[in-house]
Amino acid sequence: MRLFQRAHFDFLDSRRRAYVISGFALLLGLGSIALHGGVRLGVDFTGGTLVQFEFDQPTTVADVRAALAGASFGESQIQEFGSTSEFLVRIAEFEEGGGDAVENQVGEALTSAYGDGWRIARKEALSPRVGSELARGALIAIMISFGLTLVYLAFRFEWRFGIAAVIATIHDILITFGFISLMNIEITLTTVAAILTIVGYSLNDTIVIFDRIRENIRKFRKDAYVDLLNRSINETLPRTVLTSGTTVATLFALFLLGGEVIRPFALVLILGVMIGTYSSIFVASPALLEIENRSGHATETSKKGR
Amino acid sequence: MGNVRNRILLIVGLVLFSGWSLLPKSVPDPNDPSREIRVSPINLGLDLAGGMHLAVEIDDSTGVLDDQARADAIDRTLTTIRNRIDEFGVREPTIQKVGSDRIIVELAGIDDPERAKAIVERTAFLEFKLVREDDAFRNALPRIDRGIVAVVPPEELGPVDVVGEEEQTPGLEELLGGPMDTLNAAGDMLPGADTLPAGDTLPGDQTAGQADAGAAAGEASQRPLTQMLLEAPQPGTFYVAEQEKPTVERFLALDTVQALIPRNTELLWSADPVTVGEGSYFTLYVVEKDPMLTGDRLEDAGPAARNPDFNTPYVPFQTTRQGARIFERVTSRNVGRYMAIVLDHKVQSAPTIQETLSRRAQITMGSGATMQEAQDLALVLRAGALPQPIKIVEERTIGPSLGQDSIDAGRLAFVVGIIAVIGIMIWYYRLAGAMAIAALSVYVLLLLGALAGLQATLTLPGIAGIILSIGMAVDANVLIFERIREETDAGKTPRTAVENGFAEALSAIVDANLTTLITAGILYQFGTGPVRGFAVTLSIGIIASFFTALFVTRTFFLIYLERRSPADPLSI
Repeated sequence: MRLFQRAHFDFLDSRRRAYVISGFALLLGLGSIALHGGVRLGVDFTGGTLVQFEFDQPTTVADVRAALAGASFGESQIQEFGSTSEFLVRIAEFEEGGGDAVENQVGEALTSAYGDGWRIARKEALSPRVGSELARGALIAIMISFGLTLVYLAFRFEWRFGIAAVIATIHDILITFGFISLMNIEITLTTVAAILTIVGYSLNDTIVIFDRIRENIRKFRKDAYVDLLNRSINETLPRTVLTSGTTVATLFALFLLGGEVIRPFALVLILGVMIGTYSSIFVASPALLEIENRSGHATETSKKGR
Repeated sequence: MGNVRNRILLIVGLVLFSGWSLLPKSVPDPNDPSREIRVSPINLGLDLAGGMHLAVEIDDSTGVLDDQARADAIDRTLTTIRNRIDEFGVREPTIQKVGSDRIIVELAGIDDPERAKAIVERTAFLEFKLVREDDAFRNALPRIDRGIVAVVPPEELGPVDVVGEEEQTPGLEELLGGPMDTLNAAGDMLPGADTLPAGDTLPGDQTAGQADAGAAAGEASQRPLTQMLLEAPQPGTFYVAEQEKPTVERFLALDTVQALIPRNTELLWSADPVTVGEGSYFTLYVVEKDPMLTGDRLEDAGPAARNPDFNTPYVPFQTTRQGARIFERVTSRNVGRYMAIVLDHKVQSAPTIQETLSRRAQITMGSGATMQEAQDLALVLRAGALPQPIKIVEERTIGPSLGQDSIDAGRLAFVVGIIAVIGIMIWYYRLAGAMAIAALSVYVLLLLGALAGLQATLTLPGIAGIILSIGMAVDANVLIFERIREETDAGKTPRTAVENGFAEALSAIVDANLTTLITAGILYQFGTGPVRGFAVTLSIGIIASFFTALFVTRTFFLIYLERRSPADPLSI
């Protein structure tokens, strides 16, 4: 079985169309973020209290809200979680001591409405200070790994490759954030892990194509740069399709069967893998071409290009 | 071919080693150390197994600790919490210091997180203090009232509430048959030990004030504190209605008031309210500030027991020999007085000293207390007090059922995902695909074996790391196979095509894996909690995938090339 054997797509020719698509996706996502007034950060980063309740009998958001109306805590959000017998309650407040008072109030309110037919399945309570520390830690980690990746690629390839790879990665992260905002998924530490996975995947994909470009530059010195890029993408296309295909298949299984906790996570990963594959071909490689076109070093080859 | 044989030996060795480290472990049963239970060798994180994660810090809201004292306090807190959790009996708890000022406690698979939390966070600072029965505080009340009026704006003085006889009297009568606390030599409970002479109201401002309280509401507002203190039957105590407790607390916290409280006098609240008639009241105790004895003179406490006569649980304790000498001295001089048993600045009970106490005595708890509360009190007293109060800054609790659901769902998804990968690889690459799958099986075994061997903890983000590294392991095989196909297309012989395929794919695999490994390393170094879990499985996975793609798959190909009849084309 072979797919895309000896493919001859002119990927670089359609790069302007890709810019439009990417630009549109970015605008849509960033617009959604702007409209929501930023991304929706979970209690991991904002601090506060999140409690997941499990009820013996199915119930509704309205009923839970009515039951909780008596409890006097600050702003709360109630949301169904996977089934009509599980609900998430988010409370902006956090009290030193793990939110006991809030919990006791919620407990009393629910017991008077549902008797013993409910349980706390999960609880997360963080002080805002710990939340901002976690956010800062995650950000620093991502920034440093970016920097080092750039240095590594500059060392193994050329600095242009490093920049092109980082442009593609930033493109992926921004679109993923936009998607997260559009789907109204909350950003938690697990979401951050998902985004990091996407970054890892996208970078892997980009490097495979860049590796082929590096090889073809040596093999076909006389060819125009744009042809080299097209050839490299086409040569690696079977691998790109197969790897993305198997990864998405696995993630799809996770999405469908992995349960409620893992579902948003799997969804972000599926989209991320598709974006990562797309960006390696339509963002990283064109970025490389644009950088080559603009730098004096490659003028003699790129003159032959478009 | 010796080369191939050595390769096979190495692979078989690694597989056996991984399999061995994945055998269920026998560990002592935390509930019964004499028995052993078999557990999974891979530690599951709280998000998968259920349990509780707490981050605590020293509560230094008053800012009195310097850096040295704080560092010292955090180290002692760590030891104390560890002792308590050891006594509580949790399998493989994680209790560690993070940074300079935080302690993380992770308890996997516990049934009652609230109870565990209470055990961790309780300061358990025990003091024995004599109740002051003289009138020093009573006499200071008018000055304290004037001090409050001087600094608190009139509208915050509280309701202008006239305390009349009818509210006071039923309180007294109810109380004569009310809760009684006894403390005496262990095992020798004397009921009614703290019985008071009936109707013995004490003279003082309070009584005098109340006699003419009805006269003018305006005057009552000039006694903001006194008007909220109700006469209680036991000398040196007052009742404060539950709803007025916050106001009284606020008044007592004022600097002006603190300065007016007599020397060696402290006001302490009862731990629990008492019900008198319709109302619920907290008791305010006037005690000597200097304790007779503190909990660090305790040698042992427990086991908790229940007093059959009163149905109240109690905790026997034993002091050190030095503590016993102090106890003997102070109790012998004060027989007949009331002694407050103070836990974390709240009075548990204040029984009469019946006789000289020595090494053994007991703490009687209120009738509302359960045996479990008594056992937990004994536990924290044995493990010792925390040097400073602590506060919880992060709490994550995941119920065991939720964790189990995640595991079951995750397992099913994993199996289906793997079947999909196997299907695609064999459909696309035929025999080579099967070899890749065999290599991937070795990879999964190595990865899990390494996780077990390194005692890493598997979390949800950790599974993400595994997925990414499986993806990269598949990718490495795909890269190699595509190269072999290209080489075959270019007319190379099978053996050369395989040789070249592996050689040509190497640079892409190395770069992709190394970049990811760099990222994982950084995330491990700078990330926290879940991000770290991701980094650990990703790093192990990358190394395992690198090895399987380049070594294990290659070995399978070498075997295949040897067995294959030279005329057949490669099955790829």
